Amino acid sequence: MPFKIGEVVQASTSQFQAECYELHGSPPFGSLVKTGDGLIDVYAVVYNAATTSIEPGRHPIARGRDEMAEEDIYRSNPQLAKLLRTEFEALVVGHREAGCLRHYLPPQPARIHGFVYVCEPDEVREFSRSFDFLRLLLDARVPASAEELVAACLRQASQAHQDPRTFLVSAAKEVVILLNGQLDSLNAILRRIKA
Amino acid sequence: MSLEQPKDNRLGIVVSGSVTRGVEVKLDSSSLVEGMVVGRYVTIQGERQRFFGMITDVSLEVIDPRLAITPPDVSDPFIAEVVAGTSTYGKLHVRPMLTIGSDAMSILEGPQPVKTVPAHFSAVELASQQDVEQVFGQVSEGQFWIGTPLDMIETKVRLDLGELTKRSNGVFGKSGTGKTFLTRLLLMGILQEGAAANLVFDMHSEYGWEGYSEGGRKVKALKQLFPTKVAVFALDEENARRRQVSADFIVKIGYDEIEPEDIVMLSETLNLTEAAAQAPYRLARHFGGQWLESFLNVEGREEVGELAASLGEHEATLAALRRRLETLRRLPFLVAHAPDNSVKRILEYLDRGISVVLEFGRHTDIAAYILVANLLTRRIHAQYRERTERAMGEDRALPRPLVITIEEAHKFLSPEIARQTIFGTIAREMRKYNVTLLVIDQRPSGIDEEVMSQLGTKITCLLDNERDIDSVLTGVVGKSELKAVLAKLDTKQQALIFGHAVPMPVVVRTREYGSAESYKDLGFREAAELKRRAEQDIEELWGES
Repeated sequence: MPFKIGEVVQASTSQFQAECYELHGSPPFGSLVKTGDGLIDVYAVVYNAATTSIEPGRHPIARGRDEMAEEDIYRSNPQLAKLLRTEFEALVVGHREAGCLRHYLPPQPARIHGFVYVCEPDEVREFSRSFDFLRLLLDARVPASAEELVAACLRQASQAHQDPRTFLVSAAKEVVILLNGQLDSLNAILRRIKA
Repeated sequence: MSLEQPKDNRLGIVVSGSVTRGVEVKLDSSSLVEGMVVGRYVTIQGERQRFFGMITDVSLEVIDPRLAITPPDVSDPFIAEVVAGTSTYGKLHVRPMLTIGSDAMSILEGPQPVKTVPAHFSAVELASQQDVEQVFGQVSEGQFWIGTPLDMIETKVRLDLGELTKRSNGVFGKSGTGKTFLTRLLLMGILQEGAAANLVFDMHSEYGWEGYSEGGRKVKALKQLFPTKVAVFALDEENARRRQVSADFIVKIGYDEIEPEDIVMLSETLNLTEAAAQAPYRLARHFGGQWLESFLNVEGREEVGELAASLGEHEATLAALRRRLETLRRLPFLVAHAPDNSVKRILEYLDRGISVVLEFGRHTDIAAYILVANLLTRRIHAQYRERTERAMGEDRALPRPLVITIEEAHKFLSPEIARQTIFGTIAREMRKYNVTLLVIDQRPSGIDEEVMSQLGTKITCLLDNERDIDSVLTGVVGKSELKAVLAKLDTKQQALIFGHAVPMPVVVRTREYGSAESYKDLGFREAAELKRRAEQDIEELWGES
């Protein structure tokens, strides 16, 4: 059973935002998550995460002057866990419809309150057998740079493969083709994923 | 793109090309550029047929020219591996030579010459042994093979000796590249398959009884391997005796057998002027059959002067000619009148299907060689011509094909004399009379162009002189590519073969020769084995009742 990490709170065709059940419990940057209604599973790559106050007007204030350790702050102020929340945003990179895995955008956006799961290694391996999703990542406008995102995503995915290096080499070759002529971006990615 | 591994033999895909230029192949990143060798065979799987071709060039390419200016950090193995095959890649130039169809009809017809190119992105593979065998034919027991293709030790390249002996052929290569070895092999092949009778003018006595390898090791030659099919004729009896070669016949040539044409052949070697080279014709008219002896007997200035006056020649010309011809007197095999007719003897042997190797012994100077080879060949040629014409008239079997082997061929076939001499005639037209030449030479550029173009099969070892390479490759399809292959041959044991005897140009590593094993391969049986076999035959015949 895949690990349920949160719930979709905002969704569009190309991305969705989800709130984590645990404070600071966001999946790693670049990891593959999925959400679905049983008919269509939407796959997405985490590109941003943030922990904020649940009320936009109320900023957290520093509380730890008299505490010895960081955990002590939460222990002395148990309400904090309820007043803060961790959210993450993910870029849709594919979907599975009727058992068939596709590396392009789904017909419908993810549903609000859809559960979000972290993909198991088996599923990551299956998904990353094709590199067609890299185009979607490279074209995305994300707060962190696209190069950071691609590199993080490949690093994450490589962990699911038996031979991470071979995987990274094949992926990087695809990146070279996609980034035809953009030597700066290419070098940036290569430096970030080299094993 | 996917993670699937490419097939073992796959090299890459066709990206461009034309029938005239050949095709360009982009190497897969999994194929090592340095593993590609010019001269190696590949197959290209087109949509309808398979193409069989040869790698003729290997080059390095980059996708973006900026990469060449700011190269990636390839000291990092990861980056080096990623960049290989994507930003940078190897490119092969392949010359498709033959097509192999897949239906029953085209398999029966065998490989056909290429008339089109494979479609875009057709997969290119290294040719397998099976492919090569399909092209060059499988070698069955008792058939002759010349060597193996590059990097294919198991596959044997067969020469179609029937086709080979139909036309004149050439063996070329720089000195020390293995011409003699190759020629010896070829002659053995012709003997082994009985494709023709050989007449070898063996300048350095290497083909008859035994020769020497480059390392100075003794190797068996024709007579030892095929004692019943080869006769050794010697010009130099003493030399043959010293080398313990039992010659079947000692050749003597009478002055009366030398004709003016033979002197024309020698004009370059004897340094005769044009006028001096033509004078023998007048002398022959004047003196008749004994012209040479009579002319050499004309002594003293006055007599020469009288002769010149009566012939209408310049006195100085005749005197010079006489002086030069005097050198012939020093050749001990030249006698006033030969006791036996050498030509007749040679023909007797050839008629019985026995090849004749004429060893020159110590007479290795080129004048003797040219004189004898020309003289004998002219008469043998006349005989063959007569017989063929008679055979055609009377509807009988044509005489047995004859292959005449000559060394230093440019001395016989240079542009100045090729049109006048018998060898030029044989090279150009004697195919009809079943006589062909096997010319061996290290300066093919010195051979008349017309003769070169008539050679059916050319076997060439390394050549590095531009003019020699050009002259060998005249009129060949894909000349510029073959040029690259030819100039890159190893100095030893490698040869490029192209022409009628092979379906397509092929670079071979010539088969090993000189070991007991190799002799056995060519049909040689030790005396002990022969005896054992004979005993076995006798036993089988009479049984043990």
